[in-house]
Amino acid sequence: MKRLFAFLSALVLAAACTGTALAAEPIQVTDDISVSGDYDWTRFAGQNITLNVYNWGEYISSGSDGSVDVVAAFEELTGIHVNYTTFDSNESMYAKLKSGAASYDVIIPSDYMVAKMIDEEMLLPLNYDNIPNFALIDEQYRNPDYDPENAYTVPYMLCTTGIIYNTTMVDQAPTSWADLWDEQYAGNILMFNNSRDAYAIAAFKEGKSVNPATTDEVDEVMEQLKTQKPLVQAYVMDEIFDKMIGGEAAIGVYYSGDAITMIGDNPDLAWVFPEEGSVLSVDCMCIPATSQNQEAAEMFINFMCEVDVGTANAEYIGYTTPSTAVWEQLDDELKYSEIAYPSEEIAAKEQVFTALSEEVNSELDVKWSEMKSYDEGGSGYLFLLLLLAMVVLACFNIWRKMRRKVRNMY
Amino acid sequence: MKQYDKRLAAPYLVWMALFTVIPLLIVCYYALTDGEGHLTLANLVSVSGYGSVFARSLLLAMIATVICLVIAFPVGYFLSRLRVNKQRIMQMLVMLPMWMNFLLRTYAWMGLLSINGPINTLLGLFGLGPFNMLNTAGAVVLGMVYNYVPYMILPLYTSMTKIDQSIVEAAQDLGANTTQTLFRVLIPMSVPGICTGITMVFVPAVSTFVISRMLGGGSNLLIGDLIEMQFLGNSYNLNVGSAMSLVLMIIVLLCMSFTSSFDEDEMEGVS
Repeated sequence: MKRLFAFLSALVLAAACTGTALAAEPIQVTDDISVSGDYDWTRFAGQNITLNVYNWGEYISSGSDGSVDVVAAFEELTGIHVNYTTFDSNESMYAKLKSGAASYDVIIPSDYMVAKMIDEEMLLPLNYDNIPNFALIDEQYRNPDYDPENAYTVPYMLCTTGIIYNTTMVDQAPTSWADLWDEQYAGNILMFNNSRDAYAIAAFKEGKSVNPATTDEVDEVMEQLKTQKPLVQAYVMDEIFDKMIGGEAAIGVYYSGDAITMIGDNPDLAWVFPEEGSVLSVDCMCIPATSQNQEAAEMFINFMCEVDVGTANAEYIGYTTPSTAVWEQLDDELKYSEIAYPSEEIAAKEQVFTALSEEVNSELDVKWSEMKSYDEGGSGYLFLLLLLAMVVLACFNIWRKMRRKVRNMY
Repeated sequence: MKQYDKRLAAPYLVWMALFTVIPLLIVCYYALTDGEGHLTLANLVSVSGYGSVFARSLLLAMIATVICLVIAFPVGYFLSRLRVNKQRIMQMLVMLPMWMNFLLRTYAWMGLLSINGPINTLLGLFGLGPFNMLNTAGAVVLGMVYNYVPYMILPLYTSMTKIDQSIVEAAQDLGANTTQTLFRVLIPMSVPGICTGITMVFVPAVSTFVISRMLGGGSNLLIGDLIEMQFLGNSYNLNVGSAMSLVLMIIVLLCMSFTSSFDEDEMEGVS
């Protein structure tokens, strides 16, 4: 026994020696976060650099509820100031960038938006030498369809769409997207307030691809959303948190990671992967072409890929991590969660968004606005009434002016 | 006025040219061109497809304006009849909600009107409901009235402070009853306030998008939402968005010309 102990301690010592020879000591930033010592984290300290990070809302471990404040840890470690702002949909992020109103250094859009932005040369190719932690990303998430040579992106988190429902408000658990067209849930359904995700639901129901190839296909599938509209209580994004947790609606559709958060707050809620399949989306860290601080931005991306940081984020937001090293550190509840890490059977049915052709994309946009403004009561007559009222108003105005002129003559 | 006084207006004129006139021209340019900069009327034609949204916005804004007027008129009158120091306090109370963030106020209504919210819980105690109040057109109107009613009260109050109490007394001495005093004296004399109030409530109400999004559940779409969708949302199309705002501007202008001509007319009668 004694000999075994000696042998073991020698082994540990040897391992420690080789360890230090290969890698510097990890740097302890906060109680929960230590980062690789091999990386020169402090080279921008004191240079008064500000990084503008633009991320989804509720999409980083922010320090609330006793979690780790990741952004503050980065600032403390590197001396770089981070200006952190959030968006609520890929489209609004795109519009903001396109308008040139603001300059960002790190953005975290989803796959199909990444493809679109690469296409429009809105992203900078990354220098992966500055992001050694890219090695931690699992092989299966490298060289994805949206970035075939993996020159622009580092995956941040993954999620799947599905149905979240309130077990006390439904007689029978929904199993498919088609259940969202069920009359018995009229006024109790919450839908996505963004065109791509909403379209995907109708496409699954119709057995079509979530990436339409022709405008005719778009028209056909959007017709389904139109027929669903009378049953829908509201079209929401992050508002769904309050509504589902507060028991305002029976059925909602959202992203798997957020569902974990909602179920944590209201145990009556449950999640189901619809049988038709669901959309797997990957949110990626990228650097917009307008960024002035590419290297510092790459440092931020590298920091976000650190195992401890990734763990803090994955535990806080509940999304699926693309790194096995992070997954191993998660606590068991999340690690073996069916929602965050679905079985292979479910994963096999997942579809991924790709960029659409410009023509199809604009058709989707037009049809989406049309669907949203569609009124099943048929208020077409209202418009005629309005036109009539306007003409009457104009005539009345002219008549008044004339009358006044006549009166003024006397 | 002396000659040099005119020059003092220069800073604002420059400001207006830079930030009002030029942007207006840019909006017109976008509205009348396509993505490549060729002249086209297609944007304006496509706007006509959203007629029902325009109609709904105008209708809801008009209803909200009328409700505001009905609520604000008596408030303005009694405010103006109070003693001066009390007037100040009351005036502050009217403005108090405006100190709170607009978004927050609307968000609060979201909670109040929800199915499990306080109002439905209260009604539930009497065995009523629950009523589905959120995500309806009524909720949108409520949000408009709640948010914009101070903008109606203040101009009404200001114009009513100028009505001498003796005029009201004179009307009563000459045998006018309450209704007659109201319609022949008070209302005609407060027309400038009414017109300002209508403008200040109607214009923001017709173009709002936050209220309809939060209280209308995304299915009671207003013009504001439609325009927001073109610029910040799913349908990124600056040209159609500009065309929409141009049409909205024309409609508002028409409505305003109506109230302002009314204003001039009535004032002639009074003065």
